[in-house]
Amino acid sequence: MPPIEAPDLSFAALAPLLLVFGAACVGVLVEAFAPRAVRHPVQVGIALVGTVGGFVTTLLLAGTGEVTAGGALAVDGVALFLQATITALGALSVLLFAERSLDPARSAFVASAAVPAGSARDVQLAVSERVQTEVYPLVTFAVGGMMLFTSANDLLLMFVALEVLSLPLYLLCGMARRRRLLSQEAALKYFLLGAFASAFFLYGLALVYGATGSVRLAVIREGATGAGNDLLLVLGLALLVVGLMFKASVAPFHVWTPDVYQGAPTPVTAFMAAATKVAAFGAVLRLLYMAFGTAEEIWRPLVYALAIASMVVGAVLGLTQTDLKRLFAYSSIAHAGFLLTGVIGLSGDGEDPGLAATMFYLLTYGLTTIGAFALLTLVRDGSGEATHLSRWAGLAQRSPLTAALMTLFLLALAGIPLTSGFTGKFAVFRAAIETGAWPLAVVALVTSAVAAFYYLRVVVLMYFSDPAPDGPTIGVPGSPTTAVLAVTAAATLVLGIVPGSVLDLAQSAAVLVG
Amino acid sequence: MSDVPWLLAMIVVPAVGAGVVAALPAAKAGLARLLALAVSLVVLVLAVLAAVAFDPGGPRFQLTSSAPWIPDFGVEFALGVDGIALVMLLLVGVLVPVVVGASWHETSTGKRSMRTFWAWLLALESTMVGVFAATDVFLFYVFFEAMLVPMYFLIGGFGGPNRQYAAVKFFLYSLLGGLVMLASVIGLYVVSNSQLGEGTFAFDALRQLDIDPGVQKLLFAGFALAFAIKAPLVPFHTWLPDAGAEAPIGGAVLLVGVLDKVGTFGFLRYCLPLFPDASRELAPWVLTLAVIGILYAALLAVGQTDLKRLVSYTSIAHFGFIALGIFAFSTEAATGAVLYMVNHGIATGLLFVVVGMLIARGGSRRIADYGGVSSRAPLLAGVFLLAGLASLALPGTNSFVSEFLVLIGSFPNRPVFTVVATVGIILAALYVLLVYQRTMHGPFRGVLAAAEEPPPPTAARPDGGGATAVLTAPAPGRTAPVRDLSPRELAVVAPLVALVLLLGFFPQPLIALVEPAVQATMSDAGVDPAGTSPAVGEEGTD
Repeated sequence: MPPIEAPDLSFAALAPLLLVFGAACVGVLVEAFAPRAVRHPVQVGIALVGTVGGFVTTLLLAGTGEVTAGGALAVDGVALFLQATITALGALSVLLFAERSLDPARSAFVASAAVPAGSARDVQLAVSERVQTEVYPLVTFAVGGMMLFTSANDLLLMFVALEVLSLPLYLLCGMARRRRLLSQEAALKYFLLGAFASAFFLYGLALVYGATGSVRLAVIREGATGAGNDLLLVLGLALLVVGLMFKASVAPFHVWTPDVYQGAPTPVTAFMAAATKVAAFGAVLRLLYMAFGTAEEIWRPLVYALAIASMVVGAVLGLTQTDLKRLFAYSSIAHAGFLLTGVIGLSGDGEDPGLAATMFYLLTYGLTTIGAFALLTLVRDGSGEATHLSRWAGLAQRSPLTAALMTLFLLALAGIPLTSGFTGKFAVFRAAIETGAWPLAVVALVTSAVAAFYYLRVVVLMYFSDPAPDGPTIGVPGSPTTAVLAVTAAATLVLGIVPGSVLDLAQSAAVLVG
Repeated sequence: MSDVPWLLAMIVVPAVGAGVVAALPAAKAGLARLLALAVSLVVLVLAVLAAVAFDPGGPRFQLTSSAPWIPDFGVEFALGVDGIALVMLLLVGVLVPVVVGASWHETSTGKRSMRTFWAWLLALESTMVGVFAATDVFLFYVFFEAMLVPMYFLIGGFGGPNRQYAAVKFFLYSLLGGLVMLASVIGLYVVSNSQLGEGTFAFDALRQLDIDPGVQKLLFAGFALAFAIKAPLVPFHTWLPDAGAEAPIGGAVLLVGVLDKVGTFGFLRYCLPLFPDASRELAPWVLTLAVIGILYAALLAVGQTDLKRLVSYTSIAHFGFIALGIFAFSTEAATGAVLYMVNHGIATGLLFVVVGMLIARGGSRRIADYGGVSSRAPLLAGVFLLAGLASLALPGTNSFVSEFLVLIGSFPNRPVFTVVATVGIILAALYVLLVYQRTMHGPFRGVLAAAEEPPPPTAARPDGGGATAVLTAPAPGRTAPVRDLSPRELAVVAPLVALVLLLGFFPQPLIALVEPAVQATMSDAGVDPAGTSPAVGEEGTD
């Protein structure tokens, strides 16, 4: 019997992942051993060290392009760019989690998730200042899973990463301090549908393995070349795409999105909306470009149709929403469609505008989304956050700064020039038109205009309506939320006005190895 | 003097001014408007200096400057003007101080501070300069869209009772057009990438392209839709009467005076030179819309009961004439169209300003609420008449020259369209004279008369339907005699009145400034300049 060979591990290339997962594990230990009084600051510190450390190490690794861990992990430009994005968004989300001055009970998270909602103990806990600190290791694990997801060079590892990122998210969704039943319903819904999606992914994986005899992306690529008629492969790819599109909340796999976004604690929604999308699209890009880059004719029509469906569903159904969190959920569905427009922009030859454009779009969308959700946490009334649209009427007169920032983020989501959203849209549409997919780009532009209507409606409400007499109060954010707002607003403006250097970075990072 | 960055200064000065005004404390609204006036006058001076530095006989684009902006997209922050853009900049320079003066006593409906009004106004000026000065198509698009934001806040924050609806409608119409244009802009980039080996948005490079006719049609359609919405041509016009009626007077003047000109400017600057074959082939469609617009909007104008809506509809009719001049493919008609753009800005601007002064006195926008005003405010009535006559293009006023040039220039190429369009002149006389007669002549009556009388116990307040909150209607129980134009108001209308007469009698300097640029545009569009050029401005073009 031959000796088992240990896979080669390039620890330098794995440093960001190790740091984040290490921080998550330390967080679990702290949870078990540290006294309650010091847990919160320590957990926040550890989570920030993990995510910020991960961010810095990915930047230090820039330019790396290698396959490691026995070929299961690809540390290349795309992976590093997206990992840096995920860790940055993760760090911002941790700051939102750590906000303690907005809620009267000093946290957005339930004190003890196991206590039944509405019980005497729950009522007692709801006003206590006890805070939940398990959320920090959970979110760190999710960040680690997402990072792994974007660099998985192997379908099995991709599946493992999918679960690592999903399970903490399911839990986090159910931990809202206010409106707990809604939150628990969201968690259960997300879990059940997510489990379905994982099963689809796994089934697809099995079929692809059956067709090509490997789970390694590079080997699948060889097997897939010119295999357009292989039923097993086509089915397998379709099922894999279903699993990924679920995570990316692409229509018609989007039905969970509005409910979960609405029910989850807002900092979690922010994290989910921004970082999950980056991770899911990272995996989509790697799967489609690496494993099936030579079998474009299989997935291109599929992605084309999904992009149109997603844009139309997101833009049209968003028009009828009256809750801001649901509105942003439909916005996120529409943006998933715009991102797929960038995925269509794969040209196949050396220079690949689609890849860089999609990566840049993910960055801008993530930052803007976190900023927008951070603002939602500020506007509150008796029952928690006031997310109903009508509650935002006349907000500009109560708090001009909140209204101005919200307008900035909304204009960015609508893609108005001089905001980051426009640069991103321009990049993906250019990529699509360059590959001849101009009908798709026209659909995207028209749906952009439709979606602009519901963004504008919020602006109209904030600026041109008179405030309700018993309107919500605008909380004064503590330093963590203030920092998040400052960073996201600055990024939204800078990436809109002088995007050159970041575009360069995305362009030079648009390299996949495998 | 031509190496001074005049254009950049004209963009930066109002932008910085807007920032400063916005940063003032809310209580300093008085200082804010002084600052706004000062900044707008500085821009006017800059525009005049730029015009002095401009050599009509020189190269087509002058005062150029360029800096890389987004190298990955091949975008340059490239500025420069030809004669057409220059006169539009002069128009912006003149109108904004007038608007500041006309809005001097503007108050907001809510608790909003007026300093935001002045800040948005200056921000609007900055983007308006940018949109005419850009020589990079991407930059043009950016200003084209950015322009919407200040106007949206001006209408939505400071407009009439139906302002929310009007603001959103305005924004969405323009945004939709802009986004479709964006597809064409990217399409142009892709074509340039394949033909020149390097993607570019520079206008001068793009007009060298040899684009396949089928592609040309698609790209033309994208641009044309955006410009047809902006201009606006029937049937894309329905947003303008709403926006024009609900906007505060200052916003309305700039909306029809300048913003809408971006549409016709865009046809002339981008559609004709970049897509000559498509423009030629699709010209009958645009001309049909233009002529329908002339007649349909004029008829609607006759039937309006709201003063501001009436002026908005007259503008739509005038834009039909401008589009006719542009798509007639003759240098003469296009020169007329460019003059028309300037003259319409002045004449309709004046009309809106005077209408605003009347509404400020009566507190109502309804025509039926006024009568016999000339007996109490003869100066106001006089200026109203002059503005109206300029609007119907009476000889001796500025608009006559441009309308005449458009019609005689278009006739040889497009006799049928021209003849039908001529009917619009008669309708113009109808709507102008009718509204003048109804409001200014006859016995003194209506809301102004009611305000002068001691209030009978049953005195009903003027119908609230048209009342704007722009200025306070006289409170019941107090009598207020109707005042004629105040010195401030005289100072506001004087420059426009002077320009109406000056350009009516001496249009030559303007024609000389515009003509070489028009010839260059027409030669890009494949028109032989020798055959149809009027006998002025013999300067050669590059």
